[in-house]
Amino acid sequence: MTTTTMAGTVADVLPPTRISARRTVRHSLTLAWRNIAQLRHSPEKLLDVTLMPLVFLTLFLYVFGGAVAGNTHAYLQQLLPGLVAQMAMFSTMGLGTALNEDLRKGVFDRFRSLPIARSAPLVGTVLGDTVRFLTVMVILTAAGTAMGFRFGSDPLRVLAGFGLVYVFYLAFSWISVMVGLLAPSPETVQGLAFLFVMPLTFGSSVFVADTSTMPGWLEAWTKVNPVSHLTDSLRALLVGGPVGNHVWFTLAWAIGIVTVTFPIAMVMYKRRA
Amino acid sequence: MGQVIRAEGLRKRFGETQALDGVDLEVAQGTVLGVLGPNGAGKTTAVRMLATLLRPDEGRAEICGFDVVREATRVRALIGLTGQYASLDEELTGRENLVMIGRLLDLPRAEARARAAGLLERFRLSDAANRAVKTFSGGMRRRLDIAASMINRPRVVFLDEPTTGLDPRARGEVWETIQELVRDGATVLLTTQYLEEADALADRIAVFDHGRVIADGTPAQLKARAGRQTLVVRASEVFRTEQLAAIVAELTGERPDVRAETGLVTAPVTDPGVLRAVVQRLDETDLVAAEVALRLPSLDEVFLSLTGHTTSTQTASEAAAAQQQLEGSVR
Ligand SMILES: Nc1ncnc2c1ncn2[C@@H]1O[C@H](COP(=O)(O)OP(=O)(O)O)[C@@H](O)[C@H]1O
Ligand SMILES: [Mg+2]
Repeated sequence: MTTTTMAGTVADVLPPTRISARRTVRHSLTLAWRNIAQLRHSPEKLLDVTLMPLVFLTLFLYVFGGAVAGNTHAYLQQLLPGLVAQMAMFSTMGLGTALNEDLRKGVFDRFRSLPIARSAPLVGTVLGDTVRFLTVMVILTAAGTAMGFRFGSDPLRVLAGFGLVYVFYLAFSWISVMVGLLAPSPETVQGLAFLFVMPLTFGSSVFVADTSTMPGWLEAWTKVNPVSHLTDSLRALLVGGPVGNHVWFTLAWAIGIVTVTFPIAMVMYKRRA
Repeated sequence: MGQVIRAEGLRKRFGETQALDGVDLEVAQGTVLGVLGPNGAGKTTAVRMLATLLRPDEGRAEICGFDVVREATRVRALIGLTGQYASLDEELTGRENLVMIGRLLDLPRAEARARAAGLLERFRLSDAANRAVKTFSGGMRRRLDIAASMINRPRVVFLDEPTTGLDPRARGEVWETIQELVRDGATVLLTTQYLEEADALADRIAVFDHGRVIADGTPAQLKARAGRQTLVVRASEVFRTEQLAAIVAELTGERPDVRAETGLVTAPVTDPGVLRAVVQRLDETDLVAAEVALRLPSLDEVFLSLTGHTTSTQTASEAAAAQQQLEGSVR
């Protein structure tokens, strides 16, 4: 290739065939920045994740508080770590819908025609959605604290707790991405995402720490449900008490989810070209 | 160096539709190929294949000697694609779109910003640069889309129907943009439904129909094959239309078509020299013309002469169905 074309051409070296992991990470971060820039232009898109924790916190605290724990204050100590887990899950639901809509727009054609890794646009979208996660977490803890929740452990354990929920949130995002790529329209994404999120978050120890009053099959499910493990880890890390194996179960689930959903998502993404 | 774009026997089937049915193309370094064809002819499918977005069922294609399937990443580094529908992020500003693409092309931040600013300037978008793309007009969006394809300074540029849906002024601006690209030495493949556009911009034209190249050559060759052009004249004083029609009849040897409402007199011509003769005669008879022009044969006429069928009668319903399908499906 020694021909000169446009002024100051892309250098007369062979363009690369493969894209290194480092460049893929950088491309993904650039694409994450795209989502963040969008939110900066229309912050109203964060309205749902702003209100959701407030509504859930208030409703569940006052509906269940007295019945489950005798008084709302005692229940709040149980409920907040549970809601941290549940809201993390809920905040991934917009991702699939947005992705499904995005894919119909031309901008993904642009990404496909650039010399970047195929996975970068999807990874970027997931990372960019962290803003929604952070919004939920900040509002939830701020409101919870205002209502009387107290962290019962040291800051390091609290940080570890939020780190754990972020890791699980990232893994769970890939379910939303997969659903977003599988569903024929944005409207169906929402419905399908609910099918995943509802049994996972409600059939768990999120709302009741003591699951022994549930029917046997449901209790068995709550025991394997990753959301229960996440919730129990969070109760120990944020409020206090022994952590047990819950953290390891949670991490194992996170790895398992990504291992299954990421390849499926990539195949679906390539297919939608 | 010889052919920058080379395709052999490209085939692609979508369910029942044979979108491409054995397409061969060659485009030489620094030239413009116009791919001309009605809706549903397979233009977009061909472009998407050459730009590595779609795998051929059969056949192969190379860009600068790199295979579009096996060496897709290399090809992507060399090309710029402006698809049929704008591939921009509507929520971001024009500038943000360009900077983002620059960063994805591994340009350092400052360089990405500088290149974005340069392109915005060159495509006359500086004033709107900090507005969200969704507020842009059709022509601005097109120009930004073309600018976005220029960030990597591509050797090969694909433009899929760059002016469809634009008003004449915006179309003129896009044409200028394309001519500039060519002056800078890029090799261009552009698709269009307008013979006039291919004639104005392309060195060679390939006519597509039903997924095949049914004719190719220089614009002059095609026009010659397509047969006659049309002389269009209108008197500035409508009451002299009769007199004008008589002159046209005499010089062309054809009975002109006269539209009383508009005063438009048209007649088919074989010899383009007629235009000169008409102008001269008008001068001599002191008849002031509001309009004198030789009109190219339309795409319909080209098709009629090349295939024996017009685009509208045989393919209009198919094309409409195809368009619907295309809009309904995810691209
Ligand atoms: N993704 C697709 N799925 C099904 N049919 C398609 C798809 N893309 C194109 N086609 C069909 O292939 C034919 C050629 O389409 P296209 O290449 O878009 O033509 P053009 O760009 O010349 O209008 C049309 O009949 C169209 O309906
Ligand atoms: Mg098309």
